[in-house]
Amino acid sequence: MFKSMMKSRLFWPILVLLLILIINLFFDRSFLSIEMRNGHLTGSLIDILNRGAPLILISIGMTLVIATKGIDLSVGSVIAMSGAIGAMTVASTEGTGLGPLFMAIGLSLLICALVGGWNGLLVSRVGVQPIVATLILMVAGRGIAQLITGGQITTVYYDPYSFIGGGYLLSLPFSVFIVTFVFLVAVLLTRKTALGLFIESVGSNPDASRLAGINSKNIMLMVYLFSGFCAGVGGLILSSNVMSADGNNAGLWFELDAILAVVIGGTSLMGGRFYLMGTVIGALIIQSLTTTIYSIGVPAETNLVVKAIVVLIVCLLQSPEFRRKVFGFGKVKRTGEQKEREGVSLS
Amino acid sequence: MINRLSLDYKQLPLVATITLFVLMFSFGSLRYTGFLSTQVFLNLFIDNAFLIVIAVGMTFVILSGGIDLSVGSVIALTSMVAASLTMEAQLSPWIVIPISLLVGTVLGVMQGALIHFYNLQPFIVTLAGMFLARGLSYVISVETISIDHPFFSYMANSRIPLPGDNFISISVVIALTVVVIAIFLAHFTNFGRTVYAIGGSEQSAMLMGLPVARTKILIYTLSGFCASLAGLIFTFYMLSGYGLHANGMELDTIAAVVIGGTLLTGGAGYVAGSVVGVLILGVIQTIIVFEGTLSSWWTKIAIGVLLLLFIVLQRVIVMRSEKKQGNG
Repeated sequence: MFKSMMKSRLFWPILVLLLILIINLFFDRSFLSIEMRNGHLTGSLIDILNRGAPLILISIGMTLVIATKGIDLSVGSVIAMSGAIGAMTVASTEGTGLGPLFMAIGLSLLICALVGGWNGLLVSRVGVQPIVATLILMVAGRGIAQLITGGQITTVYYDPYSFIGGGYLLSLPFSVFIVTFVFLVAVLLTRKTALGLFIESVGSNPDASRLAGINSKNIMLMVYLFSGFCAGVGGLILSSNVMSADGNNAGLWFELDAILAVVIGGTSLMGGRFYLMGTVIGALIIQSLTTTIYSIGVPAETNLVVKAIVVLIVCLLQSPEFRRKVFGFGKVKRTGEQKEREGVSLS
Repeated sequence: MINRLSLDYKQLPLVATITLFVLMFSFGSLRYTGFLSTQVFLNLFIDNAFLIVIAVGMTFVILSGGIDLSVGSVIALTSMVAASLTMEAQLSPWIVIPISLLVGTVLGVMQGALIHFYNLQPFIVTLAGMFLARGLSYVISVETISIDHPFFSYMANSRIPLPGDNFISISVVIALTVVVIAIFLAHFTNFGRTVYAIGGSEQSAMLMGLPVARTKILIYTLSGFCASLAGLIFTFYMLSGYGLHANGMELDTIAAVVIGGTLLTGGAGYVAGSVVGVLILGVIQTIIVFEGTLSSWWTKIAIGVLLLLFIVLQRVIVMRSEKKQGNG
């Protein structure tokens, strides 16, 4: 039984997550306890879920993009744009009417989906490499976000706006419900319909998929659109958390964290396979790492060193060459075709 | 006939880049008084000397079909190492400079080795390098360390006079030396030819018996060294070390190389093109400064639009050449 557990893709990520939580327990005995306070559940675990919500969302979108052998570098900028649009829509509003709230949500999600679709068009129709196509928006998007906010940090004084990221429903943070909803939709669409298979097939070989009758181009367009949408939701949560929009710093480094979460979750950057649950755990690992580093009292900036080491270890573990050299597995045979596939770099 | 076409396919982006630079500079000269002067042109070099140096290193990486995301962070780390060794350890610049240059070089060797021996993607390895370098510079200190040392002040302030009341800085001389060496390396050495061959097709290069392993590691070492050298120039420019220095510089560098006409798929491009690419970014900034009312974020939007134009141009060129090959 233990062996079958070991074989599961989720085994290592879950183990790492548990390990981080246990390390926390040494520094803070009450780390795992969850209390009811003012009708809200509070505790470090809830906090990790709540703060990790944007990253989980964005990583879900990123997983599908990476599954098609692509990458979306623009999510950080899309977060900034989404927050800027949302905050600017309600910036001059006060009171508690819900009209402006839905207006803000609708507008920013629509634009973020469009922006994601733009990436998708460049990749699927113009045929630009994903890393380059999304680089354009990564550079320009932050400029656009600053253009929207006028280069300043826009503060929101409209109370309902805080509900998106800071509200509670059934004594749980509302953002947790958003994440659960998006996750369920993604899982249902990809695992209960043929869509997931199509995505994996496009990721392994777009040309063969097209010849097999799959509309590769539209599948690619769709995953980038979905990634843009997810980044939009994440951006709204982040901006609502701080009740402001900052075109310059909102969502900084998120693309990297999201890619990291996807890779930790077991999805290979070579495309063709994806594990949504793994991604969620990967994102939770990153969030708990951040929380741990804060709670242990190590300077927050060392986070980057830890992340760098984690990325390297995970990548090395995924590399067939490394596994063969270190663990001496004789299983990995490198055929010419496989070698060629590995040699193709992402850039 | 075919020969002439393949020449066009390689040189068209470079021609487009140079034309664009001339057009933008003329636009600025017509629109603003005082724009058309040798000093404004020279200032492009003075303000972007470090960017030229990293762009040169990045050109080799992209020519080989890879990418190096760590360069911005290496600048920060180098500036931090230089600042802390000079100010806190009170070492002489003659010891500080070699150590600082080693920082990026060693990181480059490590990245190159990981990429080659374990077949990891350059993108993800240099991403880790980027986290590592920035994290390490914060480990040295979270605060800015300002440098107050005669040597560094001399490097920062001394001006080399040129005819006609113009001047350049020592950094420009360093940057131009790097460019000349790089052009020599790219076009007149075995190393340069191997880089182009790897970019064209790594497997063919290997089958031809070219030293792919050594070259690939050398490419990332070179890029790391250039990033460290750029870090030193940046330190002369800012006279301080700080973990947030050159944040996002890797994107500017990649943009400059792409605008400079190097194909991101590797195998085609010129070091000189990247220099023009950097100058174009510089002209955009200068125009925005001269305009006065335009805000800084227009720089980002303009760079994004230019990137888009050049990438689409590259696609068209590649598709046309593929079609030609298909017909032939």
